[in-house]
Amino acid sequence: MNILVLLKMVPDVIEELEVAPDGKALDTEFLRLIINERDAHALEEALLLKEKHGGQVTVLALDAPEVDDTLFTALAKGADRAVKITALEPGLTTRATASRLAQVLPTVPNLCPADLILTGCQAIDDLDGMLAPLLACELDRPYLGLVSRVEADPAAQKATVLKEYPGGVHGEFEVPTPAVLGIQAAEKPPRYIPVAKVRAVMKSQTIESVPVPPTADAGPPAVEVLQLAKPEATTHAEMLEGSPEEVAAKLGEILAARGVL
Amino acid sequence: MAGNIWVLADHWRGQLSEITYELLVLGRELAAEAGGSLQAILLGHNVKDLAAGLGAADSVLCVDLPELAEPSADVYGQVLAQLFQAKQPQTLLVPLTNALWEVVGVLPAQLQIPFVNFCLDAKMVAGQIRARCLLYGGKMEATVTAPGPVLLGILSGARLADQGRAEKAPAVEEVAVTPPGSSRVRFKQYIEAEAGDVDITQQEVLVSVGRGIQTQDNIALAQELADAFGGAVSGSRPVIDQGWLPLSRQVGKSGASVKPKLYLACGISGAPEHVEGMRNAALIVAVNTDPQAPIFNVAHYGVVADIFEVLPVLTEEIRRRQASRAA
Amino acid sequence: MPPDTPTREVFAQFGLGWEVTFYFLALLAILVFCWGIYGHVRKYRRGRPADRFDRLGWRILHAAQLVARNAPILRNDLYAGLGHLAIMWGFIVLFVGTAILTIDYDLVRPINPDWRFWKGEFYLWYSLALDLFGAVLLVGLVMMVIRRGFFKLPQLDYGRADANAQVYDRARYLWDDWLFLGLLFFATVTGFLIEGWRIAQHWPAYEQAWSPIGWMTATGLSWLGLTASGAGASFFYVWWVHAFLALGLVAYIPYSKAFHLVIDFANLVFHNEDVARRLVAPPVGARSVGYERLQDFTWKELLDLDACTRCGRCHAACPAQTSDMPFSPRDLILDLREYADAMTIRAPARLDRQRVKEDGRKVLLGTRLAALDGLRLAGGLIRSESLWSCSTCSACMDVCPVGVEHIPLIVQLRRALVERGEVDPRLQEALGYLGRYGNSFGQSERKRAVWTQGLGFRTKDARKEPVNWLWYLGEYACYHPALQGITRSLAHILHGAEVDYGILYEAERNSGNDVRRVGEEGLFELLRDKNTQTLEKVCFNSLFTTDPHVYNTLKNEYPGLNHDHHGVYHYTELLADLLASGRLRPARRLPYRVTYHDPCYLGRYNGVYDPPRAVLRALGVELKEMPRSRRTSLCCGGGGGRIWMQEIGEVHSRPSESRVREAADLPGVEMLVVACPKDYVMFTDALKTTGLEGRLAVKELTELVQEAMGLPERSEAHEQVQAQR
Repeated sequence: MNILVLLKMVPDVIEELEVAPDGKALDTEFLRLIINERDAHALEEALLLKEKHGGQVTVLALDAPEVDDTLFTALAKGADRAVKITALEPGLTTRATASRLAQVLPTVPNLCPADLILTGCQAIDDLDGMLAPLLACELDRPYLGLVSRVEADPAAQKATVLKEYPGGVHGEFEVPTPAVLGIQAAEKPPRYIPVAKVRAVMKSQTIESVPVPPTADAGPPAVEVLQLAKPEATTHAEMLEGSPEEVAAKLGEILAARGVL
Repeated sequence: MAGNIWVLADHWRGQLSEITYELLVLGRELAAEAGGSLQAILLGHNVKDLAAGLGAADSVLCVDLPELAEPSADVYGQVLAQLFQAKQPQTLLVPLTNALWEVVGVLPAQLQIPFVNFCLDAKMVAGQIRARCLLYGGKMEATVTAPGPVLLGILSGARLADQGRAEKAPAVEEVAVTPPGSSRVRFKQYIEAEAGDVDITQQEVLVSVGRGIQTQDNIALAQELADAFGGAVSGSRPVIDQGWLPLSRQVGKSGASVKPKLYLACGISGAPEHVEGMRNAALIVAVNTDPQAPIFNVAHYGVVADIFEVLPVLTEEIRRRQASRAA
Repeated sequence: MPPDTPTREVFAQFGLGWEVTFYFLALLAILVFCWGIYGHVRKYRRGRPADRFDRLGWRILHAAQLVARNAPILRNDLYAGLGHLAIMWGFIVLFVGTAILTIDYDLVRPINPDWRFWKGEFYLWYSLALDLFGAVLLVGLVMMVIRRGFFKLPQLDYGRADANAQVYDRARYLWDDWLFLGLLFFATVTGFLIEGWRIAQHWPAYEQAWSPIGWMTATGLSWLGLTASGAGASFFYVWWVHAFLALGLVAYIPYSKAFHLVIDFANLVFHNEDVARRLVAPPVGARSVGYERLQDFTWKELLDLDACTRCGRCHAACPAQTSDMPFSPRDLILDLREYADAMTIRAPARLDRQRVKEDGRKVLLGTRLAALDGLRLAGGLIRSESLWSCSTCSACMDVCPVGVEHIPLIVQLRRALVERGEVDPRLQEALGYLGRYGNSFGQSERKRAVWTQGLGFRTKDARKEPVNWLWYLGEYACYHPALQGITRSLAHILHGAEVDYGILYEAERNSGNDVRRVGEEGLFELLRDKNTQTLEKVCFNSLFTTDPHVYNTLKNEYPGLNHDHHGVYHYTELLADLLASGRLRPARRLPYRVTYHDPCYLGRYNGVYDPPRAVLRALGVELKEMPRSRRTSLCCGGGGGRIWMQEIGEVHSRPSESRVREAADLPGVEMLVVACPKDYVMFTDALKTTGLEGRLAVKELTELVQEAMGLPERSEAHEQVQAQR
C-alpha cells in the first residue's frame, strides 16, 4: 500500500523562543525548527504499515530551514521517497498550507495515489486550523484524528483505526481508504536511526524539489495576530525555598493546615 | 441571527462534559458584548434529556438523528453547515475535546469561516472577536482577531464550569435538517481501558510524575511518597508513552481529568494537554528544576529543586506527621 | 660407554616392536596436535587484518618477561599466581628436558652414537633439575587441586548471570577443567613412579643425590613391598601408562583449555594496552558499522577468544556481574569462542546448549550449525541486555592475565545494535538530544554557560580571546543541577589562584566518549568533528576538563590534542600542580577522615591515581584507602553510556550501592571523595537508596579544596545565583 506522510517543521520549544520586534511573530534569528513530534509518530506508523503490507512510503514537507535533515532522516528510517515543496510564500498558516498542498499534490510527478495520508493530529503552531482535517476536506477524503493505531486491510480497501478518548478508552473505527489520518501516537515510539545511516543516505539519495504553482485564490479571511508574547502568568505559585528538609517541613505545615494530612 | 453566540455542546457516552459548561460561561460574556443571545447546539441521537443541562444558554438548538449517534466529521459537519447557513450566528464556540476532534477539524472548511485554535479567552472588541491563544506548547500567547463569523476552538479551563450550570430548563428548539448521508468513517465500538488498576479520579492525593522522573525505577520514589499519603501515582503523557505507568494513570488529554485534594506534580513541565486534566485539583504543588516551567503558573505552591532530592525527604516528613497524628 | 657412567636407557630394552609402537603413537599424537593447531590457525587467517606488528621485538620481550614472572596472575591472586608459576616453570623444565632427550636420542644418536651428551655430569644435573622442577610442578598442581576443590570460588563454577539460571548451563566445562588438571597431575605422578621403579631395580648410588624425589619414591615403593625383580618385571607397564598420559596430553592440547600453553604468549605479544581508551573506527567502506558476523572479527579478536583460560577473573571483577546484571565478560568470550569454533573448525558448540523446560526435561538447543548460521551475534547469540549491561569500566581487561580485549568487542557488538536502531528508549532519547543539542539533557546549547551567572567575575570566552588554560567542562558539570554549584566552586578556586582560563560557552558539545562506547560511532564522529572545528579556532596552551570520560576521549581519541602542545589534563592534575607550586594555599587543614574513589576513566584508563591523592594530602585530610582502590577500583556503574540507560533486569545491589557500603565500612571514614561528575550523581543517589545518608557524605574533591581555601560555601554561591534569577 502507498502511504504519503506529511512532515512539518515547527519551532523547537526547547530553545528559548523570542518575539520579533514587530511583536507579532517569532524572532527567526534564534529560531530553530524541528519536526512536529506527532508527525514523527505518523512516519513511524507508516513505516510499521509498510513493514507489514509492503508498498511505498513517501514523505513530503514544505520547504523550511533544516527540513532537508528531517527528510533525509525519514529516508534513512525507511521512507522510499522524499519530496520538498518549494517556492512558497513565507509564513504560510496551517489553513493556507492545506489548500496549497491540495493544489500541489497532483503536480508532484509520479506520486502514486496514496491509500493513506498520515500526518500528526496537530502541531504546536496550528493557530488557524489543523492540517489533516483541512486537507481531507480539500481532497474529499474521510478523516479521523487522535489515532494511535492503524490496521490496514489493503485488499478490502479499508483500515481499522483506534482513536484515543479520555480515561484510556479507545474508539475503534472502520475507515475506507484512501483516507487522511491524524496520528496521535504510533504503535511503537519512533525508531532511532544512527547518524552514520543518515549520512550515508545524504550521499546516496536525493530529495525531490517540486515548486508550488502560483495561486490567486485568497481563501477565507485570515486570522490576524495582533500580539505575540510570553504568557504573563495571571497566577504564580508561591515558591518554597531552602534545603530539601526545610522545603519538606514547610510543605508538611501547609498540607496539615489544608487538612490533606 | 447576527450577534448570536453558539456553543457546540460536547457530550460523550451520555454525559455533558465539564468543558461545555465552561464554554457556556464564556459564551454568555460574548453574547452580552455582542448584544445577541447564547444558543447551545446539541447534536446526537436520543440526547433530548441532555438539553436540560444547558440552561445557561438562552435556547438550545437540537438535532436528534440516528446518524448523529457518534460524532463524525462527515455527518456533524454537514448538519452544522446547514444550521449555520440557516441561522447565521456571529460566533461559534467549539470545545477542543477528543469526541469532537474531527468535527472541530473540518468545520473551518465546511463553514468557510476563520478558525482560531487553542483559545484560552475571548472578548468582543468593536464588534470583532479578539481571542487569546496558547501557542508553541504554552510557551507563547497570541492575541488574535478575525473578521466576520468566527469559529473558536476553546481549551479547557477558560472559565469555571460551575458558573455554567443553571437550574432553569432552556427553551429547546428541535431543528429539522436535510438528512445527512451516512458517515464514511464508521464507528464500531469502544475498547475500555484495562481494568483492575487504581482509579486515579477517585484518589484524594495524587503524586504525579513527568519526564523529569528519568527512569522507570525512579517511579518507586513517587510511589513511596504516595503510599505515605495513602494516595496513588499518576503521570503525564511522556511517562505513559514510555510504558513506565499504565495508560489508566494518565492525567490530561486522552487521560483522566482529576480533582484530588492534593496534586503533587513532580518533574512535570506543565504542557496545556496535561494542565487541562489537573487544574481543578484543590491544592497543586509543583516540584521542577526549571524555574520557568509553566506548571508554576498553575500550581499553588512551587519548589525549584531536583525531585530526587526532595521526594525522599518529603516522604520522611509525611510519614513522621502521619505517625504522630496516628499516635 | 663405561657401565658406571650415569645415564639411563630410554626404552629400557622393550624391544624394537614396542619402540616402533611408541614412535607411531608419538607421531600420531603430534599429528593430532598439529591438526588442532592448523584448525585454529586457519580460523585466524580468516580474520580481518589488525595492525599489531609494530615494535615486534619489544612486544616479544615484553610478553616474555610478563609470562616468565607470571606477573598478571600474581598481581591480584598470590595463591593462584604461585601455583601457576610452579606449574608453568615445572612444565617448561620438564618439556625442555624431554626436548633435550629427543635431541640426544633421536637426532644425535642416529648421526653418531659417540656424540651423545646425555650422560655423565650433564646427565646428573639434568636429572636433578628435572627431579626438582617435577616436584615444583607437583606442588603447583596440588595447590590448584585444593583451590579448585575446596575454595568454592564463584568465578570457577560457571554460574551464569547472563540468563536465567535454569536456561543456560555451562557446568560441563568443569569436567574439562578437571581433566586438564588431572592429566597434568597423573602424567607428573607417573613420571616420578617410573623413576622410582627404575631406581628400585638397581639403586645406583648417585641417584640418591641427583634424583632425590625419585630416590624417595623408590624408597617408598620398596617399603610398600616392591622388590628389585618385581620392579624390573612391572616397569614396562608403568612406563606405558606414563607414555600414554604424556602423549595424550600432547594430542589434547589444541582441543582444550590446555591450548593456552600455546596461544597465550602470542596473545600477550599482540595485545595493545590502549585498545579500550582509544577505540578503533570501523574500517572505511565496511559493510556494516558494527560486528554482525564472524567475518567481521580481526585475527587478533579471534586469537583473544582462544586465549581465554576461563580463569574467571573478569567474571569476578565485573561490576555488572557482581550486581546480578545479565552479563559476564567471561561468558561473552566463551559464547563467541564456541560460535567461532562451530562456524570454522566445526567443533561442537556448547552454545545455549541446554534448556531446562518447565516440566524439568532438558532439551538441546542451537547445537546444529544450521541454527548458528542464521544467528545474529548482537542481540541473538549475545543478548542485547547483556551488551547494554557493561559500563566499560575496563576492570575485566585490567585483570585479565592473558590480554583478552573485551571492551572493543563489546563496543563493536553494540555498534551493530545501534545500527539496527535497537536501543532502549531512554538511551534513544539521550542520543536524539545529543545529536540535536550536543548534550544529553535535552537543553538548549545557549544554556550551557548558565552556571557562570552570579560568579561575580567574568569568565573568558576562549573563542574570542587567547587563554592559557581552556576549561572543557563536560555536560554534567554544565547542566546537572546538583553539579552546577560545584562547577562554580572550581571557577572560584581557579579565579583565586589567578589561573588564566576560558570556556567555549555554547560551542562546547558533548565530547562523545560515552557516545562512542554506546556504539553510536557516527554521532561520535559528528560531535568530535564539530568540537575539533571549534578547538582549532581557539588559542590556548593546555586544556583541562572536569569529567574523566571527557578527559579520556580528548586525550586519546581527538586529533590535534595531547601532542607536543595542547596537553589534556584533568582538573585534579591542575589542582595538584597549583597546590604543589604554592599558587593555591589552603587556609586551614581539614580535620576529616576520607576515602577516595578512583574514577575508571581517570585511573584504570589513564593511570591518574596520584594527583587527586596529592590534593587530599595538601588539604590535610586523613586518607584511608578502600579495599578496592587504584587499579581495582569498583566502577560506579554509570560509565559507557549506562548513565543514560534504564536499569536492566532485577539488580540486587547496584555497583554504586556496593561502593558506598565499602566506603562506609571503613572505620571512622566520614566522606567518600570523588573526582568525576557522574560518580557524584551515582553515589549521592546510592547514599539515599542504601540509607547511609548521615553516616557518609559524598564530596567532590573541589568542595574540599574550596572549604580548605575558606572560600564562600557552595550553598551561598548557589543562593546568590538564585537571587539573581
